[in-house]
Amino acid sequence: MIDLKNLTIEEAHESLKRGEFTCRELANAYLKVIKEKNPEINAYIEVYDDVLDQADEMQKKFVSKTDTILTGIPFAIKDNILIKERIVSAGSKILENYKASYDATIIKNLKKAGAIFLGRTNMDEFAMGSSTQTSAFGVTKNPIDTTRVPGGSSGGSAAALAGDMTLAALGTDTCGSVREPSAFCGLVGLKPTYGAVSRQGIIAMGNSLDQVSPFGKCARDVEIIFDFLSNYDEEDSTSVSDELRDSRLKNQNSNSKKIGVPWHLFKEGIDTEVQENFKESLDKLKKAGYEILDIELPHAKYSLAVYYIIMPAEVSTNLSRFDGIRYGYSAEGENLMDIYKKSRHNGFGKEVRRRIILGTYVLSHGYYDAYYIKALKVREKIKTEIMETFKKVDYILTPTVPITAFKLGEKLDDPVSMYLCDIFSAPANLSGVPAIALPSGVSKDGLKFSIQFMASHGREDLLFEVGKKFETIM
Amino acid sequence: MNIKDVENLANLARIELGEDEKKEILSDMESILEYVKQIEKVEVPARQLAGGDDTKNEHDLINVWREDKPVQRDFSRDLIISQFPDSKDGFLKVKKIL
Repeated sequence: MIDLKNLTIEEAHESLKRGEFTCRELANAYLKVIKEKNPEINAYIEVYDDVLDQADEMQKKFVSKTDTILTGIPFAIKDNILIKERIVSAGSKILENYKASYDATIIKNLKKAGAIFLGRTNMDEFAMGSSTQTSAFGVTKNPIDTTRVPGGSSGGSAAALAGDMTLAALGTDTCGSVREPSAFCGLVGLKPTYGAVSRQGIIAMGNSLDQVSPFGKCARDVEIIFDFLSNYDEEDSTSVSDELRDSRLKNQNSNSKKIGVPWHLFKEGIDTEVQENFKESLDKLKKAGYEILDIELPHAKYSLAVYYIIMPAEVSTNLSRFDGIRYGYSAEGENLMDIYKKSRHNGFGKEVRRRIILGTYVLSHGYYDAYYIKALKVREKIKTEIMETFKKVDYILTPTVPITAFKLGEKLDDPVSMYLCDIFSAPANLSGVPAIALPSGVSKDGLKFSIQFMASHGREDLLFEVGKKFETIM
Repeated sequence: MNIKDVENLANLARIELGEDEKKEILSDMESILEYVKQIEKVEVPARQLAGGDDTKNEHDLINVWREDKPVQRDFSRDLIISQFPDSKDGFLKVKKIL
């Protein structure tokens, strides 16, 4: 029996290398758990039928000594990342039967490294949501408490990992879609620097905000996946060049111990228990030798408002390609206009329709300057403010989410209250800096707490450093 | 905002909406716009963003272009064609345009 609960990527790699178990045995162990748990949890929309064949193929890499640290490591892949010839539906009926015609760059690289794809995971439709309840393929339940949501939008990937239905998982984070489910499921989740990981072959929600983001059971697992995925890709024009990557790392401080806390952002609107846990975490960090400083981010409080203008604007533009003509769901209609309107009505769910309409509004004549352009300018202010702050501190620390995992069915009828779950996530996406969610304890009801560190552009290394340290003092 | 505005937006966005949903979207839009309106309070410079002016700062965004020359791609033509909702002889078939 493989101890899946405590297995890490490095340990799995060593065991595969030493022949303690094979790629097939490891994959099979996860398939067994999936078979047992997935009918209730609904983490996977589809479990691939060729997993064991993949495993046998990858086993050869150990024989030929061409293995990498990811060879034979099972991955759960969010349903908006393209894998050639496999269905990719973005949790939407409009793409229910869509088969990808090419591999996302990160998938191409993972295939080369020998990773195994167990299946595609459930998500809020087109990544629009914070609870994985807007998927066209049903809700996903939190394995820690199945009456509660796993967070979202990458809730399927989080639930798969937290439920021992995979060893590694990928999501995408546009405004907390990996960090919030990490918090609700007790995992580590990293939103990388914008442009660190290729977006080629990812179904876009908000192009200026989206990043493919790894989940892990520990900071080291996330670091391994990130180090592997983080590469310049000429197919993605927003990919960070090698030159810039190097120069960002050269600005290293020798002793990165200064943590800034913007207390003014969470004086209110946050659960008492979350607040208490945050203070305890801060004490632990202080004892471990970190210096805690009060910082002010006067514009950060506008982050979520800015996000809810820029994101729908990008959504309405991006999703105009789904028209029922070239691929995906197509409704019967009298004429072209009729086909567009009916396909988009039947194919998209309620939240997606709502955001497209909102985006159309903020981009329409008469409102474009007041909403969209204004939001872009405030975004610049937020970004400048954060970059200036990182001249004084190494980290910015906040809770990851203001609350713990809520009950299934909650918040669906109140969009603003749902959106507020991501209040601490927005600044990192708007400014492009990396942020990591780290488990920070358990509530009296057994729910998970989480804290979030941000660092300056390109400094994921600092986030892993503090993440690994925090695990030892927790 | 009123129902007519929602209908106009739905038309621009090429989405059919039922009567109930129009009302629901109207009320959701009002609460969301009420929330995002807070950015009105922020003072920002009048300068243009990214594009064409001489007041750029270090965070301004630039366009990244590539040479316009053909490169080898690994898109599968068959896979693309097989997903057309309607096709004839390998061509995408659409309703009459004019």
